[in-house]
Amino acid sequence: MTDTRYASGVKPGRLSGEDIAANFTDMHPPLGDHEAAVAADRCYFCHDAPCVTACPTAIDIPLFIRQIQGGKPGDAGRTIFDQNILGGMCARVCPTETLCEEACVRNTAEEDPVEIGRLQRYATDTVMAGNTHPYTRAAPTGKRVAVVGAGPAGLACAHRLAMHGHEVTLYDARKKPGGLNEYGIAAYKTVDDFAAREVDWLLGIGGIKLETGVKLGEAFTIRELQEDFDAVFIGVGLGGVNRPGLPGETLDNTEDAVDFIARLRQANDKAALPVGKKVVVVGGGMTAVDAAVQAKMLGAESVSMVYRRGRDAMGASLFEQDHAAKNGVSIVTNAAPVGIAGQVVTEEITFVRTETGPDGKLTTTGEEFSREADQVLLAIGQKLDIASPRIEIENGKIKVSGPGRTNLERVWAGGDCTPGEDLTVVAVAEGRDAAEDMHTMLTEG
Amino acid sequence: MADLTTDFLGIKSPNPFWLASAPPTDKEYNVRRAFEAGWGGVVWKTLGEEGPPVVNVNGPRYGAIYGADRRLLGLNNIELITDRDLYTNLEEIKRVKADYPDRAVIVSIMVPCEEESWKAILPLVEETGADGIELNFGCPHGMSERGMGSAVGQVPEYIQMVAEWCKKYYSKPVIVKLTPNITDIRKPATAAKLGGADAVSLINTINSITSVDLDLMAPQPTIDGKGSHGGYCGPAVKPIALSMVSEIARNPETHGLPISGIGGVTTWRDAAEFMALGCGNVQVCTAAMTYGFRVVQEMISGLSSWMDEKGYTSTADFIGMAVPSVTDWQHLNLNYVTKARISQDDCIKCGRCYAACEDTSHQAISMSEDRTFEVIDEECVACNLCVNVCPVEGCITMEQLPKGATDPRTGQKVGDYANWTTHPNNPGAVKAAE
Ligand SMILES: Cc1cc2nc3c(=O)[nH]c(=O)nc-3n(C[C@H](O)[C@H](O)[C@H](O)COP(=O)(O)OP(=O)(O)OC[C@H]3O[C@@H](n4cnc5c(N)ncnc54)[C@H](O)[C@@H]3O)c2cc1C
Ligand SMILES: Cc1cc2nc3c(=O)[nH]c(=O)nc-3n(C[C@H](O)[C@H](O)[C@H](O)COP(=O)(O)O)c2cc1C
Ligand code: SF4
Repeated sequence: MTDTRYASGVKPGRLSGEDIAANFTDMHPPLGDHEAAVAADRCYFCHDAPCVTACPTAIDIPLFIRQIQGGKPGDAGRTIFDQNILGGMCARVCPTETLCEEACVRNTAEEDPVEIGRLQRYATDTVMAGNTHPYTRAAPTGKRVAVVGAGPAGLACAHRLAMHGHEVTLYDARKKPGGLNEYGIAAYKTVDDFAAREVDWLLGIGGIKLETGVKLGEAFTIRELQEDFDAVFIGVGLGGVNRPGLPGETLDNTEDAVDFIARLRQANDKAALPVGKKVVVVGGGMTAVDAAVQAKMLGAESVSMVYRRGRDAMGASLFEQDHAAKNGVSIVTNAAPVGIAGQVVTEEITFVRTETGPDGKLTTTGEEFSREADQVLLAIGQKLDIASPRIEIENGKIKVSGPGRTNLERVWAGGDCTPGEDLTVVAVAEGRDAAEDMHTMLTEG
Repeated sequence: MADLTTDFLGIKSPNPFWLASAPPTDKEYNVRRAFEAGWGGVVWKTLGEEGPPVVNVNGPRYGAIYGADRRLLGLNNIELITDRDLYTNLEEIKRVKADYPDRAVIVSIMVPCEEESWKAILPLVEETGADGIELNFGCPHGMSERGMGSAVGQVPEYIQMVAEWCKKYYSKPVIVKLTPNITDIRKPATAAKLGGADAVSLINTINSITSVDLDLMAPQPTIDGKGSHGGYCGPAVKPIALSMVSEIARNPETHGLPISGIGGVTTWRDAAEFMALGCGNVQVCTAAMTYGFRVVQEMISGLSSWMDEKGYTSTADFIGMAVPSVTDWQHLNLNYVTKARISQDDCIKCGRCYAACEDTSHQAISMSEDRTFEVIDEECVACNLCVNVCPVEGCITMEQLPKGATDPRTGQKVGDYANWTTHPNNPGAVKAAE
């Protein structure tokens, strides 16, 4: 086999299998018993705790940490799952630095919050290791609900509905359930096939029939679901991607970052995955960071992440920016792409310098520069992709009122396809709350 | 989830966690909030005689001692019984009980040691519909100087006499709350039983001075340059309470007398331990005062899941289960031989075990150049000090030598059960029949 370690172009085998495995280990490794005890001891059990307010699913954080202190991580897990059935995934992927941990009063005292995320993982792992599903279903209600999209929103919704005794059919267009947990989240955040294991565990509640490879808009319409079911939940996420419309953007080796990540997430052998020598990622959000860092972990020699505005406008949190920098990604700001060039495949990308005026408007300075790039990953945002003329859309998202009610009768929606922050934990909260509202409607008529 | 419903003296409560008579139970507002938070019952803050209520100091009432990271371990107070009007309290008790029929409401009382005083107050209390009374013979400060509280609790004859009056003028269960400020807790417990009390509860607070202000040269909490001893409670007093509870539980004269366990209960485990030593339920004060009423949630879930793990379906299944294992020192098996074992995988090489054993114990731990610490079996008397001072839980453990093995320290083989009563060194040893 030829040595491709330093070859130009998009090539596999830049790093040994061991090096790649080492790069992709757990970003926040699990706490041992002793570490968990020490970490839990730091919680003050605050009154009306700010961390709970900061958690979109409102997990009773002081209680679950106290349960860990009391030597009962299983009870702690139960406290978490009561509010957030995907508490295991959230423990791994939540940007806690901008959620619960940002609110921790220990930040004021010593600039060091209680490690809520890792404690949550400790607790949820304990329950999930038990291999039995901790919840039982209420008596059958005879009501049937269709949930479209088996991402965090759909899964949380389906679980809550099943718990209340309804019969759920869960549809997903993809081969595997899990949504972006399975196809999107960075591999080093959810190791050992956790996304798939979590879905299996969640479905252990019973009463949820999963049908994959069936797409709303192709296999059935919303109208048909309305006719066949007592209620419908739409949690299809953001299936489309934004494209900048650059000259050369269809060249080989220029692609959407989400596709690159999905391929990476589904790869059995990451060492066999091709990656560029010089990679440029366009975008400033979480997806851009994940694409850039993972390209670096696969062995790209240089990776830059180029964002059109300034650092403070980046979607990626400070923590994520640091994470990218620590992994050797260079972050370039105030540069907008103007074109991609190459003979046959991608070779170069050109940017123009930008500045933000006092009115917040972005203008270009006219100054251009180019970067050698044998791979360009575009991460400038995902968008709603739903083939339904009847459902009301506003600002690119499905319009909802209250707990996810759409304009259509008995149709709810939640997660990334509705307004609100695009985060796993937000999707879970919206799925759960919609389920509660549906349950009220289904039982009270 | 195991059912935590508890029956104490015929008083049912949804769980065995009651709030002890103290500020958390001093008024309707608090008690309602406590019930909403999940507490199974309350013992109302101690009521005094009709007339102008007692007054409290208007400076600080509490002092505290802390563990690392300012964790409150012990609390001291110089508060008295309720400083609110008797009738206000009685009306509130009546309202709360009516609204929470499934929760236990006990009224704590402290009036002078005269039959007339008890005869006057008991019908008023009976009228509230509360489930029972608790006699506060425990307060170590303020009230004892007035001939009440621990002044009564320290004289068994008074306890018996007052208990008798209460049984005479009150129809529901009577609990006698015991002061720990006494040499032998069995005496007041026996007196309570003789007086017809239905149960005892313990402990009340322990005489204490938490700290001294070295600039003012006065005890803390300091009121205008002076301080007074107060009553100590919180996690620090639990061991004292457990021992006193166990003495009553295993004393033939009081064995079987229902006990409500109090003193430092902070987590479900503390409660389970009190109950294993014979308490039908527990009362909590400091944990609630430190963390708020919501702490009860951890106690409820923890006790319930522990019971599930153990297969207990009712608290009655394990109440008193550890009592038979409490024995006198002279009956402990001298042929139970253990040696400390240090797990090298878990050891963080701090050397605290070494310092403890080398400086203050038996020189039974060796230390190498590279800071490897190992137990020298020839010297280890199995005192457990290294286990206690090790910062890593489970790193140092005690391993039992099997029967027939030779203890390298004594050169003797581990034999069958044998205790001090038959030991050759014991001058009073019971000789085996020759
Ligand atoms: C690369 C990347 C990294 C991210 N990292 C994080 C992170 O670290 N932390 C975090 O909190 N959030 C992160 N997010 C955001 C998070 O993944 C989403 O907010 C979350 O997954 C939204 O959940 P959802 O259920 O609404 O949608 P999705 O997870 O997108 O799930 C939607 C599901 O619907 C299915 N579907 C779509 N259309 C149809 C149709 N027509 N018919 C049937 N099924 C359909 C899809 O196949 C999919 O399974 C990341 C997102 C991306 C893209
Ligand atoms: C501030 C304070 C006031 C108390 N007042 C009373 C009282 O009025 N009557 C009484 O019987 N016990 C009183 N106690 C004692 C408690 O009821 C309880 O017995 C003791 O605090 C031990 O329990 P703990 O360790 O859970 O706090 C008081 C305790 C405190 C801290
Ligand atoms: S707790 Fe603080 S604020 Fe409240 S009464 Fe006591 S001293 Fe005053």
